Parts: sequence; C-alpha cells; structure tokens
Amino acid sequence: MSTETPRPDITSRPTGRAARERMYRYVLLLCAAASILVTVSIVVLLARDAITFFTLVNPVDFFTGTEFLISRNVYGLLPLLSGTLLVTVISAVIALPTGVAAAVYLSEYASDQMRSVLKPGLEILAGIPTVVYGIFALVYVTPFLQAIGLPVNTFNILSASIMVGIMIIPMVSSLSEDAMSSVPDSLRQAGYGMGATKFEVTTGVVVPAAASGIFSSFILALSRAIGETMIVVVAAGSRPRMLNLSDPLANLFQGYQPMTAAMVQINSADSVSQLGFTSLFAIGLTLFVITFLLNLLSNRIAARYREEYE
Amino acid sequence: MTENEMTSNDSTEPTPTTETAASSPDPSGDPLIEQSIDVEGTDATAGETGKPVIESSDLNVFYGETQALQSIDLAIPEKQVTAMIGPSGCGKSTFLRCINRMNDLIDAARVEGDLYFEGKNVYDADVDPVALRRRIGMVFQHPNPFPKSIYDNVAYGLRIQDQTENIDEKVETALKRAALWDEVKDQLDKSALDLSGGQQQRLCIARAIAVDPDVILMDEPASALDPIATSKIEDLIEELAEEFTVVIVTHNMQQAARISDKTAVFLTGGELVEFDDTDKIFENPDSQRVEDYITGKFG
Ligand SMILES: Nc1ncnc2c1ncn2[C@@H]1O[C@H](COP(=O)(O)OP(=O)(O)OP(=O)(O)O)[C@@H](O)[C@H]1O
Ligand SMILES: [Mg+2]
Repeated sequence: MSTETPRPDITSRPTGRAARERMYRYVLLLCAAASILVTVSIVVLLARDAITFFTLVNPVDFFTGTEFLISRNVYGLLPLLSGTLLVTVISAVIALPTGVAAAVYLSEYASDQMRSVLKPGLEILAGIPTVVYGIFALVYVTPFLQAIGLPVNTFNILSASIMVGIMIIPMVSSLSEDAMSSVPDSLRQAGYGMGATKFEVTTGVVVPAAASGIFSSFILALSRAIGETMIVVVAAGSRPRMLNLSDPLANLFQGYQPMTAAMVQINSADSVSQLGFTSLFAIGLTLFVITFLLNLLSNRIAARYREEYE
Repeated sequence: MTENEMTSNDSTEPTPTTETAASSPDPSGDPLIEQSIDVEGTDATAGETGKPVIESSDLNVFYGETQALQSIDLAIPEKQVTAMIGPSGCGKSTFLRCINRMNDLIDAARVEGDLYFEGKNVYDADVDPVALRRRIGMVFQHPNPFPKSIYDNVAYGLRIQDQTENIDEKVETALKRAALWDEVKDQLDKSALDLSGGQQQRLCIARAIAVDPDVILMDEPASALDPIATSKIEDLIEELAEEFTVVIVTHNMQQAARISDKTAVFLTGGELVEFDDTDKIFENPDSQRVEDYITGKFG
C-alpha cells in the first residue's frame, strides 16, 4: 500500500529545458519559413523578369495580341491562351463527369472488395509519369482517332486533352469521394426513411451535401490541367494558333501550343533574343496568377463546406 | 447495400391473427398492396378504439449469429401512440426498423417471421420497401435535416414522389402540423442547419408528415433535446396521433407514461415481456420483471 514513489518536485525545473524547447520551436519555424521564402522568391523573380518584359512590350499588346512569333518579336498571348483553354475545357468535359461518377460508385455503390481493387487502381493512374501519357496520346490515341474517321493531324489538341483528362480523373474521383464519404450516414438514413431509392439518395442527398467538396476537386483538377506541360509538349504540336470561332469543331483536330508548352520551347530554343527569353516569365506569371486564383477559390469553397457541418 | 438479401418466408400465406384488416385507405392503386387479404380472429391486445394496423407474429431478427429479437408478437393500434421501452440493447430500434424495412440496409441483419402492415406481410416478395417507407415515415434519434433550405427539406418527400402540385401549400400544412410554422415562416429559404436542435427535430417531423404517411416511427426523437424542446415534441406527438399511428421508442419512462396509449416493454435479450394499455403497464403490470424495470430496480 505505502510504497513511496517519489513525487515530482514542482519547484525543480531541469536546467536547459527552456532553451531546448525554444530551440525546437525555432527549428520548426525555420522549416516553415524556408518553404514560404522559396515560394515568395520564385514569385518575386518571376515578377521581376516579367516586368522587364513589360517595359519593352506593352501589356495591352501582350494580353490582346493574336499572334505569337518570337522570331519576329511578336508576343501575343491569345494563341497560347487558346491552347490552354482548349486543353482545360476538353479535359474537363472528360474528367469531371467521369471522376464524379467514379467517386459516386466508390463511395455509394462499391462493395468493400470492389473498392479495395479500384482505389489502388486509380492511384496507379495518378502515379504514371505524364510523359508516358503524352507518348501514349501520340502513339495510340491519335492513330485511334484517325482510325475512327476523325480528321486529326499528327499533333492535335484533342489527343493531348483526352490524355490530360484521363490523368486528372483520379484527382477528381479521390477528392470527390472523400467529400461524399464524409456526408453523415444519418442523412442517407433520412433519405431512405422518406422512401427514396438508392439512386435518389445518392443524387438528391449525398451529392448535394458534398457539392462544395466536389466543386473544389473540380477546381484543383482544372488548375492541374492548365499547368500540365509534358503531355501537350509531346502530343499537341508546337504551333501557337488562334481559336477558330467560326468552326469550333475543327479546332479540336489541329495542333496548338498551350502556354506551358510555349515556355518549354522558348527555354530550350538554341538562339533566342533577350526579349524572347523574358517573355517566358510574362507567360509564367500569367499562368501562376490563373492557378493561384483558382486555388484561392477552391480554398474558399472548401472552407464554406467545412462550416456547413459544424 | 442489399435491398433484396432479406429472407421473406411464408410469403404467400400470412397467418391470420388479426381483426379484419383495414381496407386500404388509399384508393389510388397503391403499389404496396397488390392483393388485399382478409384475415380473421380477435387480438386480445387491440384497444377499444384503434384496430391494429401493424402486427408482428413470431418475428425474429438476427445480426449475424446473434439474435436481437425473440419471437415478437405485437399488434399496434391505429391512430394511437404506442411506446416501446426497455433497457439499452434490448432491440427497440431493431423492432422499429423492421416495420419500415430499414433493416434491409444493414447487411448483417436477417429477419424471420411475419410483420403485417394493414394485413399485408411487408416481408412478402412483392412488397417494395421504397413504397412501404412512403407510407411509414421515420424520425430519428438525432435530428438529421438535409443541408438544404427549410422548404426543400419539407418538400423532399413530395418531390421524390413526383408530387409537384400545391407543394407550397403542403409544406405550409406540414410545418403547421409540426408546430414549427410560426418560427420559420419568414425564413423558409434559410438552411435547415441554422435551426436549433429542437427546431430541427420538428422540421424532421414536418418532413416525415408532409407526404401524409399512415404511420410515423420515432426512435427516441427527444433524447437529444432540452426539456422545453422535449415537451414541445411530446405535445406534438399527442396531436399527431389524431391523424397518424405513432410508434415511439423512448428511454424516458415518464415520457412513455405521459404520451402513449399502449406500451410495449422489451427486456434484455430481445424479448417482449409485456404489452398493454400504458396505464396498466405503469400502474399494475402483470410481470414482476416489468414492475422492477419501471420502478428502476434494474435496467
Ligand atoms: N447494425 C448492427 N449490427 C450488429 N448488431 C446490431 C446492429 N444494430 C443493433 N445490433 C445489436 O442488436 C441488439 C439490439 O439493438 P437495438 O439497437 O435494437 O437496441 P435498442 O433497444 O434500440 O437500444 P438503445 O436503447 O440503446 O437504442 C443489440 O445487442 C445491438 O448490439
Ligand atoms: Mg435504439
């Protein structure tokens, strides 16, 4: 009963502990600060070189120009933006519905067994290097499209975008599935209790309740598509081209050069003027601003979503 | 989920245990009841007023290997409040979920025996659980409004039943019957999640009654609420019994005594020990075990 365990003496503070605790704090702070510092420096350097460019090229000309030809010192963003826009839209058309459908299946319909096969499968899809997707687009998708009678060029935006779409499906499906599986089961019960079918519960209760999560997965996937480089470099060709609004379908079959691909080309060109080189930073900054805004939007939506259940 | 995994035994010949089964009150070609069966016999437990609308006969429920309900025979009278009391884990919720076949959603659950709703065995192969649940509404222990507007919550059942006419009117009526209208009439577009717990629970009741079911099942509907919200719900339940058959599970003995006409006492092991008029159960139960339970000697 009376085995005396020594009671800690509350007045004896081990020497050096305070210093140690302080050190931990600063080491951790340093790591956190380093990553922010790197990000900030990148943005600052990007902006600095972009500003150099904009002192020589009128920003209005840059953002409204319909031709991009470094060899003639013509720097219009719109053709590059056309390519980026096409990739984003086509891949979204492919990935968003498929990704959500896959997420619905995984979250609401799949048996545990099925899920344990499909989820790792999707993760593998997410792990394939994008250059492989690009080559696949060029070597398999384009010939396939030609075989089914579509008049696609060897390099065309459609094949590239299809592969970008396939690449971002796992992103949509896994984030959307997270959102759907975090919908409380009591809501499903409420739906079934009202005499809803499984499909009605899924579409009328689960998906709306997870809408913000699904939507923010869309935005993240879109910014991924916008920033995708390798696939379009390999498969979409290297000709900046304006969107042809009078024949929208024809656009799909031609090659385009999205912003990312143009940057790669400028960077790896043998001889490029100083101005041509700095245009890289102007394009890069624009790209950064677009994806940054999208991320901001998605955080906003995700935050509102969390609020809903608290 | 397996809607059809349920065993429905003896589906063709229900055991006649009831008073003449209610002729279907809904003449509009009800999908649930495809044949109406006249069954005869008198049930001792049927009260003076209500004829039985739900009857179980030798109902057994298993979760995997373990049996949660042991051969339950129970007849629930129409348009009255029937309370189910008993210690935790004795199978009250399980019984409730048998009535509208919510047990179908639990993979491990298996039901044997018969449960009649208006004379029709709900475990017959030709019964559609979806249609059944449209006639037998449910209110859960924790308020579970959809993260939609107040209006859309109440309209939900109408919409999935493709009832597109007079939705405004029906929503208003349901909210009034649930004693919530005055509090929310100016903010029907507001999210249901912004309501207080008690208001949310009344909203869930409104949602359940909006489709005009015959029976409302309530599983401890006030257990998550404070005393004032609870007494509102209790008043409401007594009123609802004028139009609906109400079956309520509760842990609160005073509540059962206050609001119910009939009380079923389940005890550990999933046995129905006594079922009678509430007054009888609380004043002079036949079973010593029930008396012990009610007076707090165990459970
Ligand atoms: N989904 C399930 N899977 C397995 N066993 C279950 C499941 N639901 C209930 N059970 C078991 O069935 C028995 C009865 O459970 P039930 O929920 O019907 O009790 P209850 O009377 O409603 O209890 P409480 O008053 O605590 O709500 C318990 O032993 C419980 O462990
Ligand atoms: Mg229970």
